[in-house]
Amino acid sequence: MYQFNYQKAGSADEAASAVSSAEDGRFLAGGMTLIPTLKQRLAQPSDLVDLADVNDLAGVSDGGDSITIGAMTRHVDVATSNVVQSKIPALASLADNIGDPQVRNRGTIGGSVANNDPAADYPAAVLALNATVITNQREITAEDFFDGMFTTALEDGELITAVRFPVPDKAGYAKFPNPASRYALVGVMVAQTGGETRVSVTGAGQDGVFRAAEIESALSGSWSADAAKGVKMSDDGLNADIHASAEYRAHLISVMASRAVDAAG
Amino acid sequence: MTDTGIGASVKRVEDQRFLTGNGNYTDDINRPDQSHAWILRSPHAHATLKSVDTSKAEAAEGVIAVLTGADMAADGVGGLPCGWQIHNKDGSPMLEPGHPPLAVDKVRYVGDQVAIVIAETRDAARDGAELIEVDYGVLDAVIDMDGALAGGSLVHDNVPNNRCFDWELGDKNGVDEAFSKADHVVSIDLVNNRLIPNAMEPRAAISEFDRSTGQYTLYTTTQNPHVIRLLMGAFVLQIPEHKLRVIAPDVGGGFGSKIFHYAEEAILTWAAGKVHRPIKWTAERSESFATDAHGRDHETHAELALDKDGAFLGLRVATKANVGAYLSTFGSSVPTYLYATLLAGVYTTPVIYAEVQTVFTNTVPVDAYRGAGRPECTYLLERLVNKAARELGIDPVEIRKKNMIQADQYPYQTPVALQYDCGDIPASFESALKAADYTGFEKRRAASEKDGKLRGIGISTYVEACGIAPSAVAGALGARAGLYESAQVRVHPTGSVTVFTGTHNHGQGHETTFAQLVSESFGIPIEHVEISHGDTDQVQFGMGTYGSRSLAVGGPAILNACNKVIDKAKKIAAHIMEADVSDIEFADGKFTVAGTDKEMAFGEISLAAYVPHNYPIEEIEPGLDENAFYDPLNFSFPGGAHICEVEVDPDTGTTEIVGFTAVDDVGRVVNPMIVAGQVHGGLAQGVGQAILEGCVYDDDGQLLTGSYMDYTMPRADNLPSFSVATQSVMGASNPLEVKGVGEVGAIGSPPAVVNAILDALAPLGVEDISMPTTSQKVWQAIQDSNVRQAAE
Repeated sequence: MYQFNYQKAGSADEAASAVSSAEDGRFLAGGMTLIPTLKQRLAQPSDLVDLADVNDLAGVSDGGDSITIGAMTRHVDVATSNVVQSKIPALASLADNIGDPQVRNRGTIGGSVANNDPAADYPAAVLALNATVITNQREITAEDFFDGMFTTALEDGELITAVRFPVPDKAGYAKFPNPASRYALVGVMVAQTGGETRVSVTGAGQDGVFRAAEIESALSGSWSADAAKGVKMSDDGLNADIHASAEYRAHLISVMASRAVDAAG
Repeated sequence: MTDTGIGASVKRVEDQRFLTGNGNYTDDINRPDQSHAWILRSPHAHATLKSVDTSKAEAAEGVIAVLTGADMAADGVGGLPCGWQIHNKDGSPMLEPGHPPLAVDKVRYVGDQVAIVIAETRDAARDGAELIEVDYGVLDAVIDMDGALAGGSLVHDNVPNNRCFDWELGDKNGVDEAFSKADHVVSIDLVNNRLIPNAMEPRAAISEFDRSTGQYTLYTTTQNPHVIRLLMGAFVLQIPEHKLRVIAPDVGGGFGSKIFHYAEEAILTWAAGKVHRPIKWTAERSESFATDAHGRDHETHAELALDKDGAFLGLRVATKANVGAYLSTFGSSVPTYLYATLLAGVYTTPVIYAEVQTVFTNTVPVDAYRGAGRPECTYLLERLVNKAARELGIDPVEIRKKNMIQADQYPYQTPVALQYDCGDIPASFESALKAADYTGFEKRRAASEKDGKLRGIGISTYVEACGIAPSAVAGALGARAGLYESAQVRVHPTGSVTVFTGTHNHGQGHETTFAQLVSESFGIPIEHVEISHGDTDQVQFGMGTYGSRSLAVGGPAILNACNKVIDKAKKIAAHIMEADVSDIEFADGKFTVAGTDKEMAFGEISLAAYVPHNYPIEEIEPGLDENAFYDPLNFSFPGGAHICEVEVDPDTGTTEIVGFTAVDDVGRVVNPMIVAGQVHGGLAQGVGQAILEGCVYDDDGQLLTGSYMDYTMPRADNLPSFSVATQSVMGASNPLEVKGVGEVGAIGSPPAVVNAILDALAPLGVEDISMPTTSQKVWQAIQDSNVRQAAE
């Protein structure tokens, strides 16, 4: 990697101001993508501001009909949280299947959501569960937050502090992993919350996570695995690479949606 | 009596240091005043080097020197040699274009070496490399073999059509005649997928030059330090052996990829002589993907002639093999003598003809990778035999049994040069069928069907040639070296033993297995034995570790040296115990005089040898330290049967291996636990090739599978709990009666897996699929078959 200044922030405000005042500052929120990128010399930030010691950014709080997860909460802590397991088991299970144990012990929900990797798992949960991304400046709805591959509504220096998930009536997540990276080749989250059915797809779209309106409409009619599986998705706008053609991904969306419905019960 | 001799499952003594982080790998070593290197590599698959301007890099902070191919050429440095000369059909030798360690006029693959930057730190070296200004004249790249043979762009200007050689083996006319009389001809087109080796430890090297003695030292991640000393010293840098020391310390896996003499070794050694500082280089993982020699990469058309009852009458094979941009050390022998000589397989096919064209492309060189030629051969035969069974309506078990060489036919002379010394594949096959409950398969298939899964079973019966190699035979076939092995057994005064072996241990467990040989021979516990390897200044000579040769060739050398020690010790014992040497018996670590109660322990004799007060000094010299070189009489021929059972999920195309049975004949088993471990590892790599692994270059020669994000290594959750067993006919061509086990798993398993998948998909009308059989390919095959059937 190239040389950079390393700073360890003691609070969210301190971190935000450190990044804002740096020539090209970046938050370090686990670093599961950023560190490999630096090691390959594909990025050259002037400053890394590590959030690891900002304790009030970590933890899960139960708000009754919602739960709020601090941005620096590690995947392992989401996966093993009693609150998450009892209120949104699909989210705990999603977190439990991110990467490998090393990644789950370092990676954070805020880091993942801010990075908006088109094959990451969390964006699917944020979108399907209609979560709200809370920053040091404002609250952003899921719909407004994701803005295409690796792009979000976050402004320079804006720091995610937490993500608030409404508790759904039902939710399930099913992932078909890329055989090599184990990122989602296709990941589908289905959720029913207060009569609304939302289905989000990660890993497949050229513009990152998206809602699958066809499957939402099928599941609104009949909440069943067969209904989801019966939807023939178009491959327009889907990724194609050496691991999966757009056509295969389109097919897998329906299959994973049906398995997510099974998982949701 | 010792319980650490031959046949004991002794725990691996080397694991203590490996598993506790106390291994001593090349990158763990730091030399006084050491500098660091970064290699600037070509980002283009094919380009002329119009200019290389190093001036800014040389001026950068911390940079000691920047050296290029022009500097190397000015010093008269030679090219990297190929160790095996193959001849064309017309008798002319293969074309061997130059392989400069640092590119001179042209770069020929992404990762080809352009310059070395030597600096005070690794980061400074890398920063310096970014300041080198290279003006590339980008040329069209040739990546696929057909494109290369069509001769658009030439990788080497003096190699027309990019064809390195066009070689043949066998009886062309005899095969034509057999085909003319055949009732059935079954043909198949196959790709043997290109693999990236992925040893856990990336390649690394440290070079140094001692100005006081003129001595060069190279620490390097090699499987064969003496071979590197020979090739680099004699052919590349003109450094005589006594001025060049090569040390291969602990090496973290090789699988063949660390056999070869790599450019970095020569570049670093040469550069150390110029900068007079030790220089360290360690590959990044990305460099390993791009620059370690790859494996396999064959395209084959084959035809099998059969009579009306399914007996094999003849086999015709045409293979194109990719050798990459340059001929690597054994790049020419793998697709020829390590491949086509096995085309009889386990069958009595009376006539065989094979032709192999090797092709230069703008990709990293291709060379030996676990199995080296034999997996390619086995995959071809076992896919073809299965296809024949299906087309003729014969059970795949029956067609194999019908054509299989029977135990009483050994030694068996094949029509493709090799003579199998011994074996009994039908016995292994029967055992495997029983262990896999082959007859109960239909019940299991029905149960899977109820769960919506497609179940299939696949068989592979195979033989391979290892214990490489009888030197005279190898020499007659074009090898430019002998392939014997050497050992020195040094008994110390108090009876402990150090063995110096020319093989190299990089995960195989030699330090345990070889110590067991000595334990057995001398009747002493293995704690009293140390196995030393890897340093050309300590070990007399050696050809290294590859081709499952270490125990089969290196083992007898140790045994013979042990026997020399015992012969001498008996003379000492006879003198001290005042008996005739013919009356001295040696067993369980004790020398006794027949018919008396006189005895001396092994340690008492060794002490006498070094403190020769009462000693037959007129007859023998003091000391107890013996050398042996062993050149095998023949290859050894492990073989066996692998049976794989899979479940395919038709919704996603995902394959799960639900059962895998391997019954292998590896000859005498010295350590059953290590043998089982070797088979497990080989099977994991075989499953990797069958289902997961595949190197992909794009049309411009950029490596698309250049990291673990895209190159799929087998992981624990891809693998079943293997059922492995050995069922051995003792080896007939070496005194240890061993055959070799390092490669059998990777050789036998891929066709078993693919045959199982095709069996699962057969009800859907799928007849062919190529490795790796990824879930996408399986799903696509099902879709294509649906479309085809709908159209019919």
